Amino acid sequence: MPFLHLKAVSKGFDSLRGRTEVLKDINLEIERGEFVAIVGYSGAGKTTLINLIAGLTRPDSGQITLNDLEIEAPGPDRGMVFQNYSLLPWLSVYENVRLAVDQLFPNWSESKKHQHTEVNIARVNLTQATQKKPGELSGGMRQRVSLARALSMDPQILLLDEPLGALDALTQATMQDEISRIWQESNKTVVLITNDVDEGIYLADRIIPLSSGPAATLGPSIPIDIPRPRNRKLLSFDPAFKKARQQVIEFLLESNKHRPTSITRKMTLPDIEPEDLSQPRPMIGGRKTPIRKREMHRETIETGM
Amino acid sequence: MKERGFKLDWLLLPCLGSIAVLLLWWLSSNTWSKELPDPMKTWNSSKIYVLEPFAKRGELDQGILRFTVLSLSLVLKGYVIALILGTPLGFCIGLSKTFAKAFDPLCQVLRPVSPLAWLPLGMVLFLGAGKNASELAAVFTIAICSMWPTVLNTAAGVRAIPQDYLNVAKVLKLSRSQTLRKVLLPAALPYMFTGFRLSLGIAWLVIVAAEMLTGRPGVGGFLWQEYNALIYEHIILCILTIGIVGFVLDRLMSLVENRLKFA
Ligand SMILES: Nc1ncnc2c1ncn2[C@@H]1O[C@H](COP(=O)(O)OP(=O)(O)O)[C@@H](O)[C@H]1O
Ligand SMILES: [Mg+2]
Repeated sequence: MPFLHLKAVSKGFDSLRGRTEVLKDINLEIERGEFVAIVGYSGAGKTTLINLIAGLTRPDSGQITLNDLEIEAPGPDRGMVFQNYSLLPWLSVYENVRLAVDQLFPNWSESKKHQHTEVNIARVNLTQATQKKPGELSGGMRQRVSLARALSMDPQILLLDEPLGALDALTQATMQDEISRIWQESNKTVVLITNDVDEGIYLADRIIPLSSGPAATLGPSIPIDIPRPRNRKLLSFDPAFKKARQQVIEFLLESNKHRPTSITRKMTLPDIEPEDLSQPRPMIGGRKTPIRKREMHRETIETGM
Repeated sequence: MKERGFKLDWLLLPCLGSIAVLLLWWLSSNTWSKELPDPMKTWNSSKIYVLEPFAKRGELDQGILRFTVLSLSLVLKGYVIALILGTPLGFCIGLSKTFAKAFDPLCQVLRPVSPLAWLPLGMVLFLGAGKNASELAAVFTIAICSMWPTVLNTAAGVRAIPQDYLNVAKVLKLSRSQTLRKVLLPAALPYMFTGFRLSLGIAWLVIVAAEMLTGRPGVGGFLWQEYNALIYEHIILCILTIGIVGFVLDRLMSLVENRLKFA
C-alpha cells in the first residue's frame, strides 16, 4: 500500500452559477520519503487538492488515506505551509513556532520545548530573527518561519502550497536550495504544489501536472532521474531535465487547448484614423486623448494553442 | 529650518486659531449678545475653580477637577458595563451568521437612540432602587448608548479574520477555547480597540445629559446648575473642561490603539 493514497477523488464548489466541479477523478500514490511536485495553472485547483490532503476540506467522492487511515480532519501529522503567509502577526518568530510545539508536545519539559523550538528555527537559518515579528521580516523569511513551524510539528508528511510563489526570483532560488537541503536532512515525504515547472523538476523525485480546470485531473507521473545534489547551473543542459520539462509543458498546454474558452478584449490599435467626432466626449475626468473609430474594435480570440 | 517649520505648524497655528476664536467671542459679547460674558470676565469668575481644582465648598460648588473626577467615575462604571456586554455580543454576531441575522437589525435600530431618550427609561427601570435610582439610571444610559461601537467593531474584526489563521488553528488542533484565546481574540483586538475608543467618546458625551437630567454633581450637573443660577461664565468653563477631558481620553486611547496594530 502507498503511504499517501488518493482514490478517485472529486471535489466541487457551489457558486452563483450553479455547481462547478474543480477536481475530478484524482488518483495519486506517494511512497514514504518521496518528494513529489504537482504543477498546474493558477486557478486549476491546486490549493483545493492540498486542502483535501490536509483535511481542511472533505472530498465529494473518493477516498484519501495516509498510512491506510482515512483522512477525515486536519491534523499535525500533515505539516502545512500555506500559500499566503499564515503566521500569526502578533506573535514573534519564536512564539509562532512555540505555539505549535506547545500544542503538539504538551508533556515535554519547558527546556525541551524551548530547545526544540530553537532547533527548528535554526534549521531554516533564522536564529538571528527569533524575536522579530512577522511584519518585520521579508517574504522569504516569513515562509521560512512557516516551514520551521511545520517542521517543528514533526509531521509524517510536509504539504507545501506554492511556498515560493510570492517571492522574487533570487529569493526563490535560495529558498529552493533550503527546501532541498531540509528535505535531504529530514527524509520526510513532501508534496510541493507549484506553478513553476523548473522549480518542480529541480526539487522533486517525480513531477505530476494538473490539467487546467474546471474538472481538473492529474496527468502522467513523470519521474526525474537526475542524481542529487543537483546543479542548478547545469540543470538546463541535462537531457533528463529537458525531457521532463517538455512532457509537463506539453501536457499542460494540451489540457488547456480543450478548454472551451475564449477571451473578449478591447483592442487598442495605432491611431491612423481621424478622430470620431460623433462620439460624445466626457467633460470632466475621463480620457484626454481623442476617441477613434478603430479603438472601438472588439476582438474575440481563442486561448490556448 | 525644518525644526522651525515643525514648531510653526504644531504650536503657532493652533495658537493663532484660538486667538481668532477668542476675538470673535469677545466681539460677540460686546456687540450682539450682551448676556454672553467676555473672555476676561469668564476667566475672573472661573479662576477659583481652576486654581483650586480639588476644593470642596459644597455639593455643587467644587473645584473643576473634583467635578471631573466625579463625572469620570460615573462614566467608567457605565463604560465598563458597555464593554462587558458589548464585546461578547460583538463576538457572537461576528462568529455566527444566525446570531447576526437575529440581532444585527436590533443593534442598528437601537444605536441611533439619543441618551435623552434612554434616561427616562432608566429612571423607570430603577424606580425601586430609591436613593440610588438616579445613579443607576445614569450608568444604564451610559452603558446602553456607548456599547454599539464596541459591538459593531468587534463583529467586524471577527469577520475580518483571515481564513488562513483559522486553518492554522485547525491544523494544530487547537480546542475551541484555545482558538478563541490564541487566534480569534488577538486577531480581532485592533478592531475591538477602535470600538472601545469610540465607545469611550460616546460615554463621555452622554455624561453631561445624564448629569443634567438627574442633577448629580459633576461637570454636567454643575453646568446645568450654573445655567439656572444665571452664572453664564461657568457654562463656558464647563464646556472647555468637557472638551479637554474628552480630547485627552481620546488621545490616550489612540496611543494604546496604535501600539496594538501589527506591522
Ligand atoms: N471555498 C471555495 N468556494 C468556492 N469556490 C472555490 C473555493 N475554493 C476554491 N474555489 C474555486 O476552485 C478553483 C480552484 O481554486 P484553487 O484550488 O485555489 O486554485 P489554485 O490553488 O490552483 O490557484 C477556483 O476557480 C476557485 O474559484
Ligand atoms: Mg492556490
